Amino acid sequence: MSPSRSPDHRRFEHDQVHHDDDSPLSIHDMTVAYHRKPVLWDIDYAAPQGKLVGIVGPNGAGKSTLIKACLDLVPRASGSVRIYGKSYKEQRRVVGYVPQRESVDWDFPASALDVVTMGRYGRIPWCIPPRKNDKEAALHALNQVGMGDYAFRQISKLSGGQQQRVFLARALVQDARVYFMDEPFAGVDAATEAAIVTLLRELRERGRTVLVVHHDLQTVPEYFDEVLLLNMRIVAAGPTSSVYTEENLQKTYGGRLTLLTEAAEAIARSG
Amino acid sequence: MMEWDVNIDGWIIAAGICSAMACALPGTFLVLRKMSLMGDAISHAVLPGLAIAFLITNSRGVLPMFIGAVIVGILTAVGTQVITRHGKVESGAAMGVVFSILFALGLVLIRQAADHVDLDPQCVLYGNLSQIPLDALDGGVPPAVVNVALALLLNIIFVCALYKELKICAFDPQLATTLGINANVMHYLLMVVVAVTTVASFEAVGSILVIAMLIVPAATARLLSDRMGTTLVLAVIVAGVSAVLGHLLAFRGPGWLGLDPSVAIETAAMIAVVTGVLFLITLVFAPRYGLVGKWYHRARLTLQIVREDMLGILYRWGEHRPGEDIFKEDLLSAVGRGTLARIALGSLQRRKAVESIGSDRVRLSATGRDAATKLVRDHRLWEGYMATHFDIPLDHLHEPAERIEHYLGDDLSEQLQKEMGDLGEDPHGRKIPE
Amino acid sequence: MRVSARSISTVLMGALLLGIVVAAPAGAFGQSDPSTHRSITDTRFDWPTWSSVVRVATLRDHNTRIVVLGTTLLGLAAGLVGTFAYLRRRALMGDALSHATLPGVAAAFLITGEKNLTYLLLGATVTGVLGVLAVLAIRQSSRIREDAAIGIVLSVFFGAGLALMSIVQSTSTGNAAGLNQFIYGKAASMITSDATMIGIVAFVVVTGTILMFKEFRIVCFDQDFAASMGRSVVLIDLLMMGFVVLTTVIGLQAVGLILIVALLIIPAAAARFWTDDLKAMTMFAGTIGAMSGWIGASFSALLPKMPTGAIIVLTAGILFLFSMVFALRRGILPEAVRRIRLRRRIALQHLLRAMAEIEERTGKPTPIDSAELVNMRSWTQRDLRRLTNRAKGAGLLTRKSWTELELTKLGRTHAQRVLRNHRLWETYLIEHADIAPSHVDRDADEIEHVLSEELIDELERALEAGQDIPPSPHDDTPDTARTMP
Repeated sequence: MSPSRSPDHRRFEHDQVHHDDDSPLSIHDMTVAYHRKPVLWDIDYAAPQGKLVGIVGPNGAGKSTLIKACLDLVPRASGSVRIYGKSYKEQRRVVGYVPQRESVDWDFPASALDVVTMGRYGRIPWCIPPRKNDKEAALHALNQVGMGDYAFRQISKLSGGQQQRVFLARALVQDARVYFMDEPFAGVDAATEAAIVTLLRELRERGRTVLVVHHDLQTVPEYFDEVLLLNMRIVAAGPTSSVYTEENLQKTYGGRLTLLTEAAEAIARSG
Repeated sequence: MMEWDVNIDGWIIAAGICSAMACALPGTFLVLRKMSLMGDAISHAVLPGLAIAFLITNSRGVLPMFIGAVIVGILTAVGTQVITRHGKVESGAAMGVVFSILFALGLVLIRQAADHVDLDPQCVLYGNLSQIPLDALDGGVPPAVVNVALALLLNIIFVCALYKELKICAFDPQLATTLGINANVMHYLLMVVVAVTTVASFEAVGSILVIAMLIVPAATARLLSDRMGTTLVLAVIVAGVSAVLGHLLAFRGPGWLGLDPSVAIETAAMIAVVTGVLFLITLVFAPRYGLVGKWYHRARLTLQIVREDMLGILYRWGEHRPGEDIFKEDLLSAVGRGTLARIALGSLQRRKAVESIGSDRVRLSATGRDAATKLVRDHRLWEGYMATHFDIPLDHLHEPAERIEHYLGDDLSEQLQKEMGDLGEDPHGRKIPE
Repeated sequence: MRVSARSISTVLMGALLLGIVVAAPAGAFGQSDPSTHRSITDTRFDWPTWSSVVRVATLRDHNTRIVVLGTTLLGLAAGLVGTFAYLRRRALMGDALSHATLPGVAAAFLITGEKNLTYLLLGATVTGVLGVLAVLAIRQSSRIREDAAIGIVLSVFFGAGLALMSIVQSTSTGNAAGLNQFIYGKAASMITSDATMIGIVAFVVVTGTILMFKEFRIVCFDQDFAASMGRSVVLIDLLMMGFVVLTTVIGLQAVGLILIVALLIIPAAAARFWTDDLKAMTMFAGTIGAMSGWIGASFSALLPKMPTGAIIVLTAGILFLFSMVFALRRGILPEAVRRIRLRRRIALQHLLRAMAEIEERTGKPTPIDSAELVNMRSWTQRDLRRLTNRAKGAGLLTRKSWTELELTKLGRTHAQRVLRNHRLWETYLIEHADIAPSHVDRDADEIEHVLSEELIDELERALEAGQDIPPSPHDDTPDTARTMP
């Protein structure tokens, strides 16, 4: 039996945890809370190199939060995240991010090319405008997602699927080794969905690791090599063939985890 | 120092209280509906309405001013909506566009009329409270007081009559629509009431106090209560108290500060300051939503966690070494020592959960044992629950359970019991106590 | 139909507002004969003479030059930085900021006892920043929302400022009178050193905005993405807010603290109507701001009685309304015109398609009786007559007799293309979108008119269609049997 310790003790200990240095993403004992209400509990996970990983779980399971916590976009209550063995801060250059499409105002005064060029901003120093080669890279990425003809179109005049492709192109110009994509398949047409899948496979062939928050349970086995079933905690994670089972899905979606939700509520109320 | 004169100060305070309370009523709904700045916008925008009404009728009659203000008030709401919808301008900015243009227009018009009437730009801001009593004809009730009192009466009737509808619209406009209440009509009605209140209060207290009273008392009340009715009443009380204190401070303040007693502070401005101070005090000290309240609550929680950790340790110690009592120092160091640990132990002893054995050892009392049993039971049941539902290695089970055990109330504990009750042992193979 | 009625009413509404703004001063006061007796309620408007107009317009006076230059630069800076505040949805934060400057001004005067502009503006900056911090603190630490937090800070700080001002006014004699200009603004009192200061700040703001353009853009559009790339959103926001503070503080004297927020919001909102490009929008906003400053200051030089800030804001307001109604890109009027044009084009295409369908049925180019056409759609005789006249004017058809119409060669080409697009789309919907054939006609009706060349290409590819017109999928045409499975 391990002796009881104060919370401070516990936090201190995490700094000494050994992470898997070869893993594109290794998460150790991460807990995330919004206003003290835990939305992710004790996440332990190491993503395999060069695989397409689907993150699957019901609404409110913390899928987006998982990605955001890995990218330091929301504070972690405890735990640590390593990208190829180093902190996210040191590894920003090798990480690409596709936020949810709804997270931005598409009426913003910008063209598709403007948005894609933003993907290069990370490597341009402060106060220096993007150069010609940045624009060329952006144009190239737009062509890759089949949006070359729309480069100069105002983003609000694009369809939902086209907007999503613009976001993907922006991630492509980041030329990262690990990609985090938040629901890239949400609300897109069939053509875009096919284009995204092709793109994901291309990325995999080039040795990139892609973590994708995904909603459509039917397509999971077809699209992803690895799956991470999430409902506030990791229910199961591993190769799709062995982990993506009826039983595990039942656990994730079956609504038998009410106690967990209520415990989270209890913690929120107490604070 | 100036003498307190009931005839003068009484009327000033009466006007202040009435207009403050009149504003606080519709203001509560504005704050709840997240439309606080609509109040700000309307109170700026009524200015041209007043000015045009004056310029057309050449009088400061109540009715024309009233009509002018209502029209402009509605115009602001409609204009904001039109610009938002057709111009695709974000609503906050649209409001800013509308009210600043209207206010500018009002200023120009007023300046045009300024030579001839006492509608000067300064009065626009802080009204003319100190002049009010002088307007009283032959010791009667000053007309400005009558106006604000009428506005207060109107608002009380408005709120009482449409309380249910206003409440639903503030809570959920869509639900209101499905219940057959036209949320849009209620919205405009509220805007009209705000405009009317603004106009009635304008002359007495000026636009600045109108904005302050629309928003600040309501926000203060929000920090004190979760219930609609209570919030309304509290907002009105805060408004009234601010009015009285504000005038007192404006009147006596300079003297207390050791300034020349002839120094006059604008009562309206002082009321706004006082209500701000009341808000700040509430923000810090409110029992539930105040900062101190939160800190206190958190500190208590921390203490409780340490106490419960101690109980758990004592129980497990008893499991391991039945009959042997633990050293006090060992117990303290197990929870990280420090003052917090000592306070926790002291509080456990006071509650008779832990008794001292000799000078340096402690053990659980009968009551302490019951509490500890429940804790350990919850802890182990939780471990069992986690192990059943999630793919977690054994050595990762303890810490989550350690964290959650403090938060499981009776309800959850019971539920846990129901779901996992027949589990005899936790995943580590330890017995789950009854 | 409904859409246009709404747009028209909006236009009218805009025109009405514009009318009020322009006509009210003139109309309400009238221009009475100067020889008549001036009564106490006489609100006559003093019109400037022509020569004074020329003097101001040509900047002949040194004083006018200073004032116009100062307000123009101010407008430029406010327009630039306002664009980003607007896009970041921080527009009304500027309102809290500007109102919160007043206690600083009054306190600075109480402490120093002199009207030294540097101290006053320093005080304004301090309490202004405090106000912004207070808004953030209230929002962070309690359940009070941002809108209410802004309202609280705005009114309480301003109240505190007014209280201090009333102390100032009753303690110091005479020399405090100028402090009031910070509330409503008084550009006329601007001296060379003031204009220089505005110039310096405008330079800083313009340079800073150009340098930080990339950072401002990404934070405004997608702050999470910016943060994921390691850009400090907080730092960028601070800089942006810093520029807003600078602009607000130097604008106090000329425009006044109540209306300075308008100079931040209105040019930006107006500029958005003209363009979809951020760079262009920034430039438009700067220009509109500068124009408002220039025109407003000139007007107020001519009408010394009028508050400068209000005149500048009214000018900006008129430019805004003009932009909202007439701007080519997003203005209401061009939008309405585009809609009407589209509707006309659709009606014309309906006519052509109807004729092509009749010709298809008869199998050869023939004159068509208009009575037959009326039955094909829900047209009235008058609609049809107007439509055929327009088509005739465009050379698409000729009138054989009083009732008979025939397509011209050009008209036939057009008609067959329209029919083909319609059929392609119908087929696509049935085959790919799982829509019942009975509903297809209506859906196709709406889309086919806005199909672009590229989409039609795509349709052809998807359906592997040839160049001929696909047969109709509907039961009521003879060739249905061939296409239906």
